[in-house]
Amino acid sequence: MAKYALLFFNDESFRDRSKDEVDAVYAEVTRWSQDLQGKGVLKGGMELQSKGTAMTVRRVNGAMRVFDGPFIESKEHVGGFAMIEVPDLDEAIRIAKAFPGGIEVRPIVEH
Amino acid sequence: MAAVFREEAGRLTAALVKRLGDFNLAEECVQDALVSALEHWPREGIPNNPGAWLMTTARRKGIDRLRREKRYQEKLAELEEPAMNTSSATSLPDERLELIFTCCHPALAREAQVALTLRSVAGFTTPEIARAFLVPEATVAQRLVRAKRKIVDARIPFRVPDREALPERIEEVLAVLYLMFNEGYLATGDRGTHDRDLAREAEWLTGLLAELMPDEPEVFGLLALMRFNLARMDARFDKDGAIVLLRDQDRSKWDRRRIDETFTIVGRFLTMRRPGPYQLQALIAGAHADAKTWDATRWPDILISYDALLAIADSPVVRLNRAIALWHVHGAEQAYIEIFRLASDLDRYHLYHATRAELLRALGRSDEARAADRRALELTENPAERALLAARLT
Repeated sequence: MAKYALLFFNDESFRDRSKDEVDAVYAEVTRWSQDLQGKGVLKGGMELQSKGTAMTVRRVNGAMRVFDGPFIESKEHVGGFAMIEVPDLDEAIRIAKAFPGGIEVRPIVEH
Repeated sequence: MAAVFREEAGRLTAALVKRLGDFNLAEECVQDALVSALEHWPREGIPNNPGAWLMTTARRKGIDRLRREKRYQEKLAELEEPAMNTSSATSLPDERLELIFTCCHPALAREAQVALTLRSVAGFTTPEIARAFLVPEATVAQRLVRAKRKIVDARIPFRVPDREALPERIEEVLAVLYLMFNEGYLATGDRGTHDRDLAREAEWLTGLLAELMPDEPEVFGLLALMRFNLARMDARFDKDGAIVLLRDQDRSKWDRRRIDETFTIVGRFLTMRRPGPYQLQALIAGAHADAKTWDATRWPDILISYDALLAIADSPVVRLNRAIALWHVHGAEQAYIEIFRLASDLDRYHLYHATRAELLRALGRSDEARAADRRALELTENPAERALLAARLT
């Protein structure tokens, strides 16, 4: 069995959509998670608050500094993550494809 | 010897990957065996059962390797097991399909897919891959290392994809093979005569895939497309190494027998009634191959195929190629209007300007035509194409 992190990427404009559209997406995500939960595949995961709430801690000129905003400034950002445990990558990909949004699939390092 | 390697290396790699469950390790065992064959066979002659020789050698080299590395202890048992002894007449089960799908997994970068397929399935050495693509050996070596590591780290499975994923995965494999073919096909003979011919390797791999998946029409489509192109190879370059356009090619140099054989493959995919882009491109290539002369080309049929292609795989390049058929069916003016729309998409593409030049010439706008030819010349580095375009300007 192999563990993967699924990182959900959103466009910030997601929150500007109509309430009905947003609710529909959340409903789909809930269905997706519950399905995985039921199969014992989902090992954890969270939705993250919006990009505006992010701050970054980085070393600049030898000292740790705090900045407003996400680590990487881009149009799309991480909106949440899930950890799954499945037999192989093809299964992880199948699950990622069923998610209503873009996903980065990363194998987890097992120490 | 190259032919033997090509046939055996793939089977051997597949069998070892399956048994050892470690792509990298399997690959290294096979490479060791091939290097050993390169040393011994020229002196001692090719053995009667080359597959068995390679397997025995791979096992022996593998066992040596594994003994040196503690973490592979359980794998050692796999190699030492007597059931792996192939001195009996039975040949290895063919798991090359699994191997092809693994090497062409979409999680791998395109260049990695190409290098890995050539290496694992066709038995190319690192220097051979490097020479085929005119890149440094170190680059190829690095690509292979990264790709094999990714297969292990991301747990890319060694199997044929399930039915749901199969169409997309087959498309991926065909894209890899088509890229390989075009690389080889566009080569201008800079490569040594003893270097492996990439276009023919791609054709062989596609033929293998067709053998292993006889119910997939797109595979036959790509195979037919490659074979129609290969049948015209001798007429493609003139004695100075410049490209000769289809219109000007000496059709007596085309391999008619091959063309006729390839129509059998066309018949085969047509009966499957599952059209797709490679099949349509094969039909277009077939229509050209079938014409005794340029003037005898059945352009309306070709236009119909392009229209169908547009419906399933619309792209600026497809539209550009369709415009040429449009020219011959509906006239240069209509064709020119069509390609004019493609300007922003294709401005960096030399063939766009070369095509524009031909249409402008047909419309009697010769100054604009020359300007377009010059632009095309600026945009291409391929010496054979440059020679053709330069000749047009004199």
